[in-house]
Amino acid sequence: MNVRALLIAIMCMLPVSSWAQGYAGLGGSADGFEIPQRGYQFEFPKDHGPHPAFRIEWWYLTANLTADDGRDYGIQWTLFRSALKPFETEGWQSPQIWMGHAAVTTPETHYFAERLSRGGIGQAGATAEPFAAWIDEWQMSGPDFDTLTLTASGKDFGYDLSLKAQGPLVFHGENGYSVKSSDGQASHYYSQPSYNVEGVLHLPEGDMAVSGNGWLDREWSSQPLAEDQSGWDWFSLSFDDGDKLMAFRLRGDRGDFTSATWISADGSSMALSDGSTSFTPLETAHVAGRDVPVAWRVTLPDRGVDVEVSALVPDAWMATRFEYWEGPVTVTGTHEGRGYLEMTGY
Amino acid sequence: MHILRSKTGQAMLLNIDNIQKSYPGGRPVLKGVSLTLDKGQTLALTGESGSGKSTLLNLAGALDSFDQGEITLDGTRLSPLDDAGRAQLRRQSVSLVFQQFNLIPSLTVLQNLTFHARLAECQDQEWTLHLADRLGVADLLDRHPENLSGGQQQRVAIGRAMAVRPKLLLADEPTGNLDETASANVLDLMLALVADTGAALLLVTHSHDIAARLDRRVHLSGGHIQ
Amino acid sequence: MTRTVLQALLSHWRAHRLQLGTLLIGIALATGLWSAVQAINSEARASYARANAQLALGQLDELRDPTGPIPIARYVDLRRAGWQVAAVLEGPYRLGTRSVHLMGVDMVAYPALPAIVEAEQSAAAPDPADMLTAPGRILASSELAPLLREQGDLPPILESSALPPDVILTDIGVAETLLDQQGDISRLVVLSDQPRLVPALSDIAPELQRFSPSSQVDTDQLTGSFHLNLSAFGMLSFAVGLFIVHGTVGLAFAQRRGMIRTMRALGVSMRRLVVLILAELTFLAVIGGALGLALGFFIAGALLPDVAATLRGLYGASVSGQMSLRPEWAAAGIAMAVAGTLLASGQALWRLSQMPILTGPGVRAWQDNAPARRLTALAGLILIAGGTLAYLSVGGLIAGFVLLAGLLTGAALLLPLSLSGVLALFARRAQGPVAQWVWADMRAQLPGLSLALMALLLALAANIGVGTMVSSFRLTFVGWLDQRLTSELYVTAVDDQQGQEISEWLQPRVDAILPLRTVELAHETGPLFLYGIVDDPVYRLHWPLITSATGVWDDVMTGHAVLINEQLGRRADLWPGDTLELRPGHVLTIAGVYSDYGNPTGQAMVSMAQLDQIAPGAETRRFGVRMPPEDATEMAQELRRQFDLPRQSVVHQAAMKAQSRAIFEKTFVVTSALNVLTLGVAGFAILTSLLTLWTQRLPQIAPVWALGLDRSQLARLELMRSVTLAALTACLALPLGLVLSWVLLTVINVQAFGWRLPMYVFPLDWLYLFVLTLLAALIAAALPAMRLLRLPPADLLRVFASER
Repeated sequence: MNVRALLIAIMCMLPVSSWAQGYAGLGGSADGFEIPQRGYQFEFPKDHGPHPAFRIEWWYLTANLTADDGRDYGIQWTLFRSALKPFETEGWQSPQIWMGHAAVTTPETHYFAERLSRGGIGQAGATAEPFAAWIDEWQMSGPDFDTLTLTASGKDFGYDLSLKAQGPLVFHGENGYSVKSSDGQASHYYSQPSYNVEGVLHLPEGDMAVSGNGWLDREWSSQPLAEDQSGWDWFSLSFDDGDKLMAFRLRGDRGDFTSATWISADGSSMALSDGSTSFTPLETAHVAGRDVPVAWRVTLPDRGVDVEVSALVPDAWMATRFEYWEGPVTVTGTHEGRGYLEMTGY
Repeated sequence: MHILRSKTGQAMLLNIDNIQKSYPGGRPVLKGVSLTLDKGQTLALTGESGSGKSTLLNLAGALDSFDQGEITLDGTRLSPLDDAGRAQLRRQSVSLVFQQFNLIPSLTVLQNLTFHARLAECQDQEWTLHLADRLGVADLLDRHPENLSGGQQQRVAIGRAMAVRPKLLLADEPTGNLDETASANVLDLMLALVADTGAALLLVTHSHDIAARLDRRVHLSGGHIQ
Repeated sequence: MTRTVLQALLSHWRAHRLQLGTLLIGIALATGLWSAVQAINSEARASYARANAQLALGQLDELRDPTGPIPIARYVDLRRAGWQVAAVLEGPYRLGTRSVHLMGVDMVAYPALPAIVEAEQSAAAPDPADMLTAPGRILASSELAPLLREQGDLPPILESSALPPDVILTDIGVAETLLDQQGDISRLVVLSDQPRLVPALSDIAPELQRFSPSSQVDTDQLTGSFHLNLSAFGMLSFAVGLFIVHGTVGLAFAQRRGMIRTMRALGVSMRRLVVLILAELTFLAVIGGALGLALGFFIAGALLPDVAATLRGLYGASVSGQMSLRPEWAAAGIAMAVAGTLLASGQALWRLSQMPILTGPGVRAWQDNAPARRLTALAGLILIAGGTLAYLSVGGLIAGFVLLAGLLTGAALLLPLSLSGVLALFARRAQGPVAQWVWADMRAQLPGLSLALMALLLALAANIGVGTMVSSFRLTFVGWLDQRLTSELYVTAVDDQQGQEISEWLQPRVDAILPLRTVELAHETGPLFLYGIVDDPVYRLHWPLITSATGVWDDVMTGHAVLINEQLGRRADLWPGDTLELRPGHVLTIAGVYSDYGNPTGQAMVSMAQLDQIAPGAETRRFGVRMPPEDATEMAQELRRQFDLPRQSVVHQAAMKAQSRAIFEKTFVVTSALNVLTLGVAGFAILTSLLTLWTQRLPQIAPVWALGLDRSQLARLELMRSVTLAALTACLALPLGLVLSWVLLTVINVQAFGWRLPMYVFPLDWLYLFVLTLLAALIAAALPAMRLLRLPPADLLRVFASER
């Protein structure tokens, strides 16, 4: 769900340090932007494409991969869209700003890269049919949303992957209307949590054939955060028995706000309300000058889940224009499995 | 020049008449001093430090101006003279020997010896060389003053003074900076030359022994002749 | 104890106020001129740094299409192939009568520019939405902003201190509107972070050329020689100022010997005395240095606008005309003042520390120190030889300055011996006693005056040398302008199409139309501007060729050969017969080299047909129009009316020449101002030396006075002496100055600007300088002479008195 990514997208569209002050303002009015509506009827493939009238939007893919040698890897491919104004025009004066983040996490290290572009000139953008989302040479595209190829590269890494969906789309919250605070801030949020992924990672030590499974989040909104909320911890976990869990905790002065979606192996899903999931940091690591929890206890008593989630590498820090932690995790306890963890505000 | 050469017929060479002189700031030094010196006569002027004896000698040498009274030197009244007039008088009529810094440091001994005579346009090469010989500086003619001893310097100064065959030689403590031997030697030479050339001598000294060797002696005290 | 000793030491200055003043003025002058030059240089360098940071010059490669702008689609092609590039659209933007550089960058993709970071960190940070979307925002320096506000029809303006004074920075989306170049990109900056694999440029955009920073105009490098010039002047002034300090400190120490001896006798250790004197000197140096900084700041402020004009005219480098006070500059100034003062006092302090406790006061009046003089002269010869050797063996600009420094200091060290020789000659031939004394006395004064005279020699030689260079340059430049600007009118059209129309309209009305088409190429020595010319007799008759092969014009006009300018020729060592590769595979023989003053970059000329082959897209907007001169004014008006051209688009030959000459004159305003200042400082050095010698003068003068020279005569002689010494020095400075100008013209200029100039001599200038020198000497001697004139006889008499 990547709530903080909303902020990142806004903040990163320019190297604008002073923009941090504008952050509180995001909770307020939406300046002519559309606001997510409860009961919105998704329309596909159109909704796979961009929604320029909303302030923020992303195509956010993470994948847990295994190489031929049996070692675990993770990749991230994210395209953010952030609108300065609620429309799109041709040319340099387009108010749509695009930002890409790509990362590869190996058992030893973490590579990442970042791209920025504006809309209007074709350097970055997204189309619904045939599906494509791109910035520069980074691209996620395919004849449709279920069959995709994915590519990205940075100074010392890159990947070329193909993705094949294994199940239906999953809609979070109330049929895709995902509430983010007790004040009612919300977004439109759906996922494809079960891609089969195959392909090659390009690493300094050489190319590496990998396979595994990917999770793609689609989310858009215009007013995502409550004023007191300062950061969050977001988990997408795939258990070995085929069940999956998306769960997040928004840390706020007025207390945490949690939300989760239980996705059964057959693809059916159930939204879990605030308070049903609990998150306890077990261990922190000193990363990029701050202490970040890299091992967690996550419990969901309703489903008998009591697991320990720990980072594959503690140093999965995205030192991009706006910094956060994003990396693969392993799950042990009542359920075994893998997943991705995102933490911001540390 | 014609004034100087016109002889009044008097034997009197220098007449100091009721001279008064104050230092800048008003402190009186000479309070009405009168004195005469005849041609060929030698006179010792003695007095305490600060009694004004040097001042009187300087006035007689037309080196400085006085407030009141009159000085007549070889028939020329000094009071009407301006700076240039006094300079001319010094050039032509008097010779001076001081205690120190008599010589022009940048000129050689020979140039120093002849300097005054050439200024006065009365150089006599033979006489100059004779003087050098007599004064024992003939071997030092190419040297510069700073390379000479005090006694040698003073002898050159006397040579320069006598080179113009002055009517009046003014000497201010000429041996004041010298040791006893050099002092006696310099004084002997000076007195001998004065006697030979018939010049008059006004000598300022604080030494009674030296004063005793001159024709007359005048003591200055409290701005008056005692 | 320390306090008591200090009190005693400082009491000297209370009694010698003039001496204290002289010392402080000396330090202030030395520091002042030096720090003025430093301030100018650092101001200019800061401006370059700003400009370079804005333009990303000197750091990042660039992609350009020599034939014209790059379309946005090309940019997207590169981006989608992985090339990390940032688009820049730039061009001149007319503001009334002046033109500024408008630079539009893609603020989303461009690396953080200083001006943008500054704007974002300011209290009123602009909303990115406002920056990026219509109407946008424009950033400009505080100098330019008010002018822009008057304009009215521009987007809101944000002031920035990080921008050069003549640059407007904005988003590329705003720039394309302001420049009316929708969809155009001037150049693409290749960012430093590229992905691991990108396809070759030739596979994506073969028409684009990659320029590395080394082939771009680097303002810093270009203007380096100019600043070196200024620095040399600054150092010269500093040295001249130190002469003053040396003299004054020497005198003060001599006068305090008695006091110091007494203190030592009373039990103050030499060590303590030296430490305290050092502290005293440091303290005085800091005060003098502070005065100097104030002076320097003032001088720099006065000169900076001219320097800015020079740099703009000569190199196109933009420098702010406003001074800002930099703490590191002030610190450096004070440090130089202290170091200089201690250096200049070193000898005096050393002598003092070696002084036995019981030596007499001994102010030696006459010191015929011939061996020392000969040793100094020998050192001078060695310096001259060393400088020459350095230049011959190493070469280059720095070695050129080493040669200059060797020549100047060497000649200065030779001066005492030379003057002493000349004076001895005069003294031998002198007849009268007074004349003899005067010459001998002058020689005697020489050791005390020689430092001041050396300062004068340096100042004069610099004046003659630089003056000759500037005048030679001016003469050559004016002649060159006449050769080079042969068309009666120069027309600039708005675009190619209008150019075509104007050309057609003019065809039947004038004698000839000479299109001036140009395209920027790259050469290993830097940017290369290629011009196309049509075959017109005017070129064959007037073009200022320095050297050429036979049949040069036929070869060029038939497209077989190329002409290059002198700068390119000297930089790349290309001469007739050599070949020049204009674009890959396109090689032409060089048929001639032409002079091209006032232009920092390389240039080449080919026939129009060749230009079309090499760069088909080169625009045709500028023309020279040949016609009877008497009709030119009318034609200019007609052209402006017919095509609605602004005044500056149709320029008369005469106006262009006048403008060029004005730029030229401005270029050397600073040089001549520094020249005059240096001469002034040298004059002051003479004055202080004479004042220093004053106390030693009385024992010299008193006997002469006593023997019958009056004070007015002596005062006149005093004046004459100073003037004579200055005159002799000036005579010796003339050959030195000529050598200096020869070095400047044939060594420094070639290295610094890329052209060699013929040397012309200007005896009238020398006469003027000579008179100026005598005047300076007269003024310097006036004060001592006046003192002598007014000196009470009692003071002279005191010399002889035993009380002394």
